[in-house]
Parts: sequence; structure tokens; C-alpha cells
Amino acid sequence: MSAILELQNVSRAFGGIKAVNDVSFKLQEGEIVALIGPNGAGKTTLVNAITGVHTPTAGKVLFEGQDVTRQKPFQAARRGLARTFQIVQPFPRMTVLENVAASALFGGHPESVAEAHEHAARELDFVGLGHVAHSPASALTLPNRKRLELAKSLAMSPKVLLLDEVNAGLNATEIDGALDLIRRIAARGVSILIIEHLMKVVLSLSSRVLVLHHGELIAEGPPAEMVHDRKVIEAYLGPKFAERFQKEMAGA
Amino acid sequence: MMAKKSPWPLIVMALWVAALALTPVALGNYEVRIAISIAMFTALALSWNIIGGFTGYPSFATAAFYGIGCYVGALAQRAGVPAALAWLAAAAFVGGVSFLLGSIVLRLKGHYFAIGSIALVDISRLVVSSWGGVTGGGNGLNVPLLEGRPPEVSALVLHVMLVIVVAAFLANLLTDRSRLGFGLRCIEQNEDAADMVGIDTTRYKIAAFVLSAIFPGAVGAVYASWVGYIDPTDSFDILTTVKVPVMAMLGGAGTLLGPVVGAVSFVLLEELFWANFLEWNRAIMGAIVVALIFFLPGGILKLDWRAILRRAPRGKPAERKTG
Repeated sequence: MSAILELQNVSRAFGGIKAVNDVSFKLQEGEIVALIGPNGAGKTTLVNAITGVHTPTAGKVLFEGQDVTRQKPFQAARRGLARTFQIVQPFPRMTVLENVAASALFGGHPESVAEAHEHAARELDFVGLGHVAHSPASALTLPNRKRLELAKSLAMSPKVLLLDEVNAGLNATEIDGALDLIRRIAARGVSILIIEHLMKVVLSLSSRVLVLHHGELIAEGPPAEMVHDRKVIEAYLGPKFAERFQKEMAGA
Repeated sequence: MMAKKSPWPLIVMALWVAALALTPVALGNYEVRIAISIAMFTALALSWNIIGGFTGYPSFATAAFYGIGCYVGALAQRAGVPAALAWLAAAAFVGGVSFLLGSIVLRLKGHYFAIGSIALVDISRLVVSSWGGVTGGGNGLNVPLLEGRPPEVSALVLHVMLVIVVAAFLANLLTDRSRLGFGLRCIEQNEDAADMVGIDTTRYKIAAFVLSAIFPGAVGAVYASWVGYIDPTDSFDILTTVKVPVMAMLGGAGTLLGPVVGAVSFVLLEELFWANFLEWNRAIMGAIVVALIFFLPGGILKLDWRAILRRAPRGKPAERKTG
């Protein structure tokens, strides 16, 4: 296995604040890695730094071994480095199909507009939105909007998919549906970096977890270990609770 | 879906241009002058539609392009360039200028872009007024008059303006039905998302800005030839810059026929108010703009005409049964 996405000491500062500080990791081909961390840890900024929304102030981003640190977002999309937004971003006055066709047309490599539409229709069926293809995107429910985001990313035939809290705001049944969908995406050979708060998702999907806190990577390892890692618990709950928690765990 | 290609806008447009083209044969000088005015503003509103309608960037730079077109056309003609070539040169020059300015101001969004684009008008005017050695400064410039008797000249100007209208309409049509138009609509609806699905937003916006600039450049140059004298305040009139978006929105921004309908309605209304309410016409125009924003945000063409027409016969049920 070779690394399809690699970050080397990536930092991103806004004025004096380092939102992302000296982060390095590798995403292997076909892997699902979860990125977790408390609110404000810099997870979304990290995704923005990878996709060129915010150019890193230091460090390097390598995609398929190529230095893409200074790319623009549209270049990332065309390369096969797709993302979804935490707050869904549809084209509201277009139909669901047109939304996905736009991705296929500009981010993918179709022969024609007609082919982009066909590709879009296939992706809509894949994510289970085939029945609402001709509704306006603004009429979708939240779970369906999240699926639309996924369909838009998939229409670009990505090699790497960065999922920014695609499950936030969904109920338990909807999450099961989303989990199944993410597994099917991974089965297509797409490498996935998933930002997630829900431990159920993290534990059941990812082979590896990265923990970000105050912009720094504080731990990295298999999900089951990370849940019990002292630094991780401290990051979320503070040192006092971490101590109590570990005593209780030891006592139990 | 995007593939729906109704032939109606094309047919309506062809008939309308033909009707305007026939005014010198059928009607008097006054009507021809109004027809020229309509053609001019139709071309300007159609141009604005590409950046303001399709792309959703509320540009107030029309007068800058128009004014620069006036001056480039006038200066070229004074240097001995034949009129037709001077008009083309003006369009090309303005295209180049808009490319450079666009790459600067299109970094701004929303209200900031609107203000920035107004600044372009003022800066252009200041440059032209201060550069007296070349532009004649505040004294203005005389432009070689077109040859022929006045009615012939008017007819020629009208026909040239209509050629520009047709070119601007074709630019709208091609934009609407191409990949470029699809991309611009994405930018209009959600620029961040457009960027994220692989659209080179900067390049697309600049393309739209340049397309929206070349036709006003040509219109300005033709206008200069027609009136024979230009000065900075008249060429870079802030009112032109405000009127044009109002026209496009009055008809329906982002549609093919909206700017055409808007320009006709506005020019005719303005003519009516000038003629009948000499002292109040600006106030009335202002009230129309406000009413437009409140009651007709989508423009005349976006009204549900079918519902309005269906409601009308309800008052006369007897008539309905006869059909």
C-alpha cells in the first residue's frame, strides 16, 4: 500500500492563531481514517488546508506523491480530491440532478453535457436519491441533502473523499443508512478521511483514528485504543475527569 | 433539465429586431430616435445580464465600459480610422480593459463588488478628465460626423445598434446553453460550492465580465459617432450605470428576453414621464425602482402570466361558456 494523501508538517495560521499546527499523517489507498477532536480543534480548517480553501502557511500536502500544497479548490476537485461540507452547500435553484451533473461536468471528465447527466443519474441511484432527481435541491430534507452532498462528490470520481461531519444532525436510523452508504463508497476503492463526533461511526468504520486538539495531532492509533487514551479523554473532558474516569476503569 | 431549448425567445427576438429596423421606413424622426434609444439600452441591458443576471454579480461598471468605448471610438476616428473599424477597435480595447479590471474587482463579492464596480466608473471618468492632452479633458472632444443626410445617418446608427443588439443577444444565448452558462449559474447560486465541484470560478467570472463589457464599448463608440461630441460627464454618467441593471431586473435578470422587455418598457416609461411630468420624472422613476424591488423582484417575465390571464375571465362567466 502506498500513501495516496500525505501531510508533512502542515500549519495554517490566522494572524497569531495557529488553527492547525505542524500536522503530519498519511492516508493509505483504500483506507478509512477518522479525524476526531473537540469543537474548535481545527478539523475543518485542516480539511480546508488540504483542499486549497486555505493555503497552508507552512508544510506540504502531497496527493499521489505530487506536491499540491498551493492548489485551488477547483484544482483539488479535478484531481480527485473531493470533499463534502459540514454545512451542506447545494445549488438551491437547480434540480437535484443538475446539482450532481454540475459536479460531473466540471469536476469529472465527461465527454459531453449529456454524459454528465447520465453519470449524475447513476450516482443519484447509488446514494438513493433517484426518486427525487427532478425536485429542486432546496426542497430536500436534511438527510437527503447530506446524501446529495455525497452524490456531488462521487460524481467527480474522486480517489480521496474528505467527509466533514456528514452524519451531524441525523437520527439513529438515518445514521445506519449513512454508515451503509459510506461502506459502499469505500468498497468502490475510494480512500476516505472522515471527520466525526459520533463514536458509533468512528468505531464501526475506521481502521485508524487521528485526534486533533488545539490544532495539533495529539494521538493516532486504532479506534478502540484511542477511546481509552488518557490524552484524548483529557482533550475532551479535562484532566480532572480523565483521572476519575481512569480510576473507575481500573476499579471496574 | 438544462436540455430544454425552446425556440420562442429566438423567434420573438427576430421579430422584434425586424420591427425596430423598419422604423425609419415606416415612422418619423422622433420614433427613430426612440428606437435608437431602445436599441442602445437593449444592448447594454443584455450585456449586463451576463455578469449581473447569469453570474449574480451586481455590476455597476456599464458606464465605465460605455464611456471608454466613446473615447476610444472618438480618438480612433480623429486619428483617421474609418468609423466601422473604430467601433470594433473600441469593443476590443474595452474587452482588454475589462479583463484587467475584472481580475481585480471580481475578487470582491456582493455589495463590495457593487461598490467596487461603481468606483470603476468614477476612476475612468477622472482619468479621462485629467488626461487633457489626449482626451480634451473637461472640454470634451468633437467626433467626425457620419456622412449623409440626418435621416440616413439616424437609420444607419439604428441599424448598427441593432447589429450590436443581435450580437449581445447571441452572446446571451450561447452563454445560456453552454458549459460556461452552466458554470455561471452555479457561481450565482453558491460560489463556494461551484469552486468545490471543479469550476475555475475566477476564469469564469472574468469571461462573464469581459462578455458584459465589449458590447457597451461598441455602443459607446457608435453613440459618439452619432452625436458628434462627447465629454466626460456625459460619457461616464452614473445614471446610465444605474438604469441598465434596473432595466434588466424590470424584465427579468438571468433570462434571455428579460433585458429586452425591460429596456423597451423602461425607455418608453421614461419618455412618457419626461413628456408629461417634466419636474417629477426622476421622482417617478425612483418610485418605480422601489416598487420593482418590493413587488416584482423576479421581473416582468417571471410573473405568473398564466395565472393572471386565467383569473381575468372569471369575472365574465358568460364568455367562458361560448368558447
